[in-house]
Amino acid sequence: MTSRQRVLDRIRAALADVPADESAEAAPAPPPSAGPAAAEGSADHGYRRSHAGPDPVGQLAERIADYRATVTRVTGADRARAAIGAALAERGVRQLVVPPGFPGELLPEGPWRVLGDEPPLSRAALDAADGVLSTAALGIAVTGTLVLDAGPGQGRRALTLLPDYHLCVVREEHVAGDLPEALGRLDPARPLTFVSGPSATSDIELERVEGVHGPRTLHVVIIAQPDAAVRSGR
Amino acid sequence: MTAPQEPDRSNVVWLGAPAFPEAARAALADSQLRANLKHATGTIRDKRLAVTAELDDWEQLREAGAALKRRTLRHLDHYLVQLEESVTRAGGVVHWAADAAEANAIVTGLVREAGAREVVKVKSMATQEIGLNEALAEAGIAAYETDLAELIVQLGKDRPSHILVPAIHRNRAQIRDIFQREMGRWGRPAPDGLTDDPRALAEAARLHLREKFLRATVAVSGANFAVAATGTVGVVESEGNGRMCLTLPQTLITVMGIEKVLPAWSDLEVFLQLLPRSSTGERMNPYTSTWTGTTPGDGPQNFHLVLLDNGRTATLADTVGRQALACIRCSACLNVCPVYERTGGHAYGSVYPGPIGAVLTPQLVGVEHAASLPFASTLCGACYDACPVKINIPEVLAHLRARVVEAERARHRLPTAEALAMTAAAGVLDSPRRLAAAQKAAALGSRLLARDGRIGALPGPLHGWTDSRDLPQPPAETFRAWWRRNREQP
Repeated sequence: MTSRQRVLDRIRAALADVPADESAEAAPAPPPSAGPAAAEGSADHGYRRSHAGPDPVGQLAERIADYRATVTRVTGADRARAAIGAALAERGVRQLVVPPGFPGELLPEGPWRVLGDEPPLSRAALDAADGVLSTAALGIAVTGTLVLDAGPGQGRRALTLLPDYHLCVVREEHVAGDLPEALGRLDPARPLTFVSGPSATSDIELERVEGVHGPRTLHVVIIAQPDAAVRSGR
Repeated sequence: MTAPQEPDRSNVVWLGAPAFPEAARAALADSQLRANLKHATGTIRDKRLAVTAELDDWEQLREAGAALKRRTLRHLDHYLVQLEESVTRAGGVVHWAADAAEANAIVTGLVREAGAREVVKVKSMATQEIGLNEALAEAGIAAYETDLAELIVQLGKDRPSHILVPAIHRNRAQIRDIFQREMGRWGRPAPDGLTDDPRALAEAARLHLREKFLRATVAVSGANFAVAATGTVGVVESEGNGRMCLTLPQTLITVMGIEKVLPAWSDLEVFLQLLPRSSTGERMNPYTSTWTGTTPGDGPQNFHLVLLDNGRTATLADTVGRQALACIRCSACLNVCPVYERTGGHAYGSVYPGPIGAVLTPQLVGVEHAASLPFASTLCGACYDACPVKINIPEVLAHLRARVVEAERARHRLPTAEALAMTAAAGVLDSPRRLAAAQKAAALGSRLLARDGRIGALPGPLHGWTDSRDLPQPPAETFRAWWRRNREQP
């Protein structure tokens, strides 16, 4: 008998108390909601679909900063490019990894050398780079999270991992309020990385130290559309 | 269906470890350990309470998590077969392991097939449980732990003492000494003049491990979850060592307990809210990676998923005890447990310490191999309150205590002290007349023993109870007598 068959047989024998006509989908579902919030979203989960406040973008900025990352908010591509240039200059970046598909209008001129990933950069080249500049697929306001899905401007996962400095731009229209909304907007077939602040450890006396292996410095630039800024009076 | 086999206990319980009462006595005498533990558990308790309080529907989230786990476990065969199909469709290879020895053989074979003599590892309870590092070492393959705490444990030739922060029992000075002494024997030595500042220690670990990440061709990980419908596997972590292992090598081998499967992608919305807030007290952990099979040009090009039973189906067969399989390994129960806080994890003699270990370990290995663990608790219920998926740990503990007593009785054929006491109690409680007589006798007898309303030491075999606690003196009048005197008068 194969191990597969042995394990499946053991499971079926162990579940003798489950009625044979109980289908997996019809098994006891999460309890009914106590409030009106559940009615708007999934039918059978009793929790809220979103914990986001009235200003999700502001909440995202505040919660990313809570993880000791730097956050800059700007309006429009021109100001974003200037902010990115200033950040790279301040950091003293000389070798900058820029994933394929990064929007040209956001890429500033500067004294750094831009490393594309076509053909793929070696691990050694990535390790020697000072920083990486990428976009994000979306941001999650409540948890202060950025999600990378290897799409344009994000590249393969190693690009945002090996350099010690990660400068990530996220557009306001890509901000989701909370996890349920974010997961609904993501494609699980893609390799996904959820980033909430810089690499951190609390393994030594539970004292938080930024960085062991991933980028130790995370800088996030949140870009508002110019017309959105007019509407919100900024 | 084959006959039930003796489980391969491997590392679930540590061979030669003393039973809990003896181990606890030694741990309690270590004041440094108690200070380290008190600081750590206190810190993390406060953080967890602050972030769970932010969500006003936290109770509903717990209910949803518990219900999802219940549903998945009741149809585990269905979801595992579905997961196998999805992972295979996405380009991965699925293996099934009935026990630890089989899982170790599968992983060893895959590492050899990849032509590697060393692997980098993401912290994983499942691989600790099967003793994978030891099995690989026997096959001449070096396994490098890359989580900072696991590195400290590995370099210190030590055992992990906590599910989330395995080196919680060490303080910074001890860690510095371990790094200075051991790093050079495994690879890049610790920098000269290393201080005990946590920043400096983390930097030393970064330098030491980076050379291993950059040359690794095979990685081994566990999984926090795998989605049956999509074949997506995920690892939740903080340091980025997980991302390194899951991304840089050519071959990725993931060992996952069969209970980690979830039905749908959207179920993650529950567990990604429950897990970080319960375990590290953060709104979200720094890094979560998910992958579905392989992606050309990005990350490992060979992906193997090993589905591990190793006592889980035996646990599933117990309709009370099976709820322990809902555990998402957040470790919140450890941090609130008055017993864990004083003894630390080593005393449990198992890879799963604390309240969840006290219910999971005896079920995975059979109660007769961990008979003292169901008693390593005060039944105060703090663990049940803290558990994000509402595992009723006190209920399972009481249930397993009964199983231990039954197993003892079957073995000795002589009544144990517990059984005798319970039989006597049943005789007294069954009859109002006998109860009244016993209460009267207790009130009289206790007056002879008590001083200042407390009884210090009981005579004979009963001293075991009073060795560590005072016994309040029974009242002079019973409740029943009081009631009769006050209420039953016309």
